[in-house]
Amino acid sequence: MPEITMVEAIRQALFEEMDRDPAVVALGEDIGVYGGAFRVTDGLFARFGAERVIDTPLSETAIVGAACGMSYLGLRPVAEMQFIDFIACAFDMVTNYVAKSHYLWGAPVPMVLRGPSGGHVHGGPFHSANPEMHFVHTPGLKVVYPSTAHDAKGLLKSAIRDNSPVLFFEHKLLYRRSKEEVPEGDFTVPLGKAAVRREGDDLTIISYAAMTHVALEAAGHLAKEGIEAEVIDLRTLQPLDREAILASLKHTNRLLVLHEDTRTAGIAGEIAATVCESAFSDLDAPIFRVTALDTPVPSSPPLEEFFLPNAEKVVAAARELAQY
Amino acid sequence: MTENKAPMPNLIAAEAPPRPAQTVNPTAERQREFYYFLQLNRQLETRLERLFRQGKIVGGLYSSLGQEAISVGAASALEPQDWLAPMIRNIGALLVKGVPPRDIFTQHMGRATSPTHGKDGTNHFADLKHRHIVAPNSMLGDLIPVMTGVAMAARYLGQKIVALTFIGDGGSSTGAFHEGMNLAASQRAPLVVILENNQWAYSTPASRQVPVRDLAQRAAAYGIRSSIVDGNDVLAVLRAANEAVSECRAGRGPWLIEAKTMRMKGHAQHDPAEYVPKEMFDYWRARDPIDRYARYLGERSLMDKKQRAEIDARVERELDVEQNFAEESPFPDAQSAAQGVYCEGCHTIEADWQRPIAEVTPPATTTQAVWKITDFGALAEKPAAAPPRPHAPNVPRAKPPHIQPAKPAQAPRKHPHLGPRPQQPPRNVPAPVVPLELAEEEYTPVTPTGEAPIRVPFGRGPKDRAFVKDQPPPQAPRHAKPHRHDTRKPSNNKRKR
Repeated sequence: MPEITMVEAIRQALFEEMDRDPAVVALGEDIGVYGGAFRVTDGLFARFGAERVIDTPLSETAIVGAACGMSYLGLRPVAEMQFIDFIACAFDMVTNYVAKSHYLWGAPVPMVLRGPSGGHVHGGPFHSANPEMHFVHTPGLKVVYPSTAHDAKGLLKSAIRDNSPVLFFEHKLLYRRSKEEVPEGDFTVPLGKAAVRREGDDLTIISYAAMTHVALEAAGHLAKEGIEAEVIDLRTLQPLDREAILASLKHTNRLLVLHEDTRTAGIAGEIAATVCESAFSDLDAPIFRVTALDTPVPSSPPLEEFFLPNAEKVVAAARELAQY
Repeated sequence: MTENKAPMPNLIAAEAPPRPAQTVNPTAERQREFYYFLQLNRQLETRLERLFRQGKIVGGLYSSLGQEAISVGAASALEPQDWLAPMIRNIGALLVKGVPPRDIFTQHMGRATSPTHGKDGTNHFADLKHRHIVAPNSMLGDLIPVMTGVAMAARYLGQKIVALTFIGDGGSSTGAFHEGMNLAASQRAPLVVILENNQWAYSTPASRQVPVRDLAQRAAAYGIRSSIVDGNDVLAVLRAANEAVSECRAGRGPWLIEAKTMRMKGHAQHDPAEYVPKEMFDYWRARDPIDRYARYLGERSLMDKKQRAEIDARVERELDVEQNFAEESPFPDAQSAAQGVYCEGCHTIEADWQRPIAEVTPPATTTQAVWKITDFGALAEKPAAAPPRPHAPNVPRAKPPHIQPAKPAQAPRKHPHLGPRPQQPPRNVPAPVVPLELAEEEYTPVTPTGEAPIRVPFGRGPKDRAFVKDQPPPQAPRHAKPHRHDTRKPSNNKRKR
């Protein structure tokens, strides 16, 4: 199997889906001739032309709205937000139109809205956000946030083929962080299924996207201290794989949720509530959270590093949790 | 069917704007059908009002009283395959598109038999498969990007359709309106936008929201064509919509139509609209679209009293049945509230391809990823000297792009993004002969009085004594008398410097 980066994996998924289905079109800012700010759509224009790879004006609302209208005629548009931070400019269209269309009017919107997200690259407060929870909280949307190249390809294919609108977050730190083996050709990863990245019996660390790698790094340190952590990668935040969370907790009885999103009303809160409702008796300790601070993403490197979770913070919390 | 050769009516008073050149000649029967739909629209809403007072309407009720001609006229220009997205005051457009009145009744009453099964109210519902109707929401302007997408997708699939939607004077101030219009314009999408200027956005007059009187002026900024129409004249609206629809269908869209009208009720039922001057209501009541149209049909012998009574009776008869159906319909099963958030196999999604798929797949689509730039974007160079203008008054004035006559259809370009666009000529080519003075005139800032603006020195106001002393003594305007060497005719334009 060839080794590729996440950018290449996403690009492969787009090429293969557009080859497979002429109803798949792409639109966004600078995605065509230029190939996208992160070169994700590089080469797409040369292969599929201006009718299928549409360079749009700087109009996030119009990009999302037009993608919605296109999907009403049976197309499967993949719209790009140049940085996912800009999805806020289209918040009304995403939450009031796209998300409600099927429930209210029986009008399915088989579109994908994808874009680079997350910090660690000193992009500053407007190019580093993790706004996924706005949309997890909006009924009608599916939210995907992969951590590996393999999953990025398989999940994007599933997202394109899904009949509901899917928000596909691509962590920009992971775009070119490493190469990994990704099968050539067609395969999918189902939406709504978490993955166990490391098995362990002492505690469970639940995470997603870039933080999955932080969790694995922390688990390596913890193993040296004799603490075996199980690491679960959610992959999809909506629908949330509650079964996978509860199954892991059943044998570890200790839960730590790690996310790069800010603390208040992050997915950790939802997971904690789920566990308290459904598996309170499985808990041997309170649920721990390691998250970003409740602040905007600061710009200067020392500030951003203090703001973000890292392996050190996870190890400290996990140690405390294991000894509780 | 015989064509009605009667001249088109001039229903509006002297302030009527000029009509577009294109004419339509609906048959007498079709003209009576417009009357039927106008009445169906109005009587349906009259009944909704009655139901509202009886407490049978769920939520608010928004009246289109006085605006029916826009809904009926615009939707009548559409073919069955065309797509329509109404706004809250466009029940008439839905009726013309074939929606039965029972759908409107049940929607307003939250019944299980409504198109949304009680999930949404009013005329918020869609019918993508059969009637090609896109649902409105309450966020004004959202429909314009959505319908732009509809128009783009249809063109991509090879469907020769037009997408038509509405916006109000209030909604035209939203960002979504601008983003949608600009995307549609840059894509040359077959989109017709009917801007219903009903003078009031809830309680605020249009004049306090938009500093232009004619909202159609905005089309110029998007580089698209537009027209202004008497919104209380169903045939004038139809004519304007026909022109816009046929131009869009021929690939020369998008198009903006401003329909001047008046909202004859408050924003919704709860609002008595006391902020509207009584005289304004009186003015527009005298121009009621249905009274005027009925009078017109009567005067032209297109509808006699008996025919009118028959249509009125038919409307009542049909609405009796439809309203009855709604009132006897059950409310939805409460448990159904939990269903339908996601499409899990409940819909089949397939595109209706009207062109060979080979055209949109490689190798046909394989191209070079480069922009073709024909204009470097610099300030247009002025010719060294103004061209001689011996017959200056006869030089035709350069028309702004939105009223230029349509160019003949060109062979479709393979990649509309990349091919040559109507562009500025390259820099080394002499600029087109635009009479300099006209160009200057357009850019001269003017004050409302037409006087040149007063120069106010920085930090000093007109009340400053030193400032007053600085002012030159009043002079006659420079061009009050023609210079003796000036062969041009004297200008009576005070704005000209």
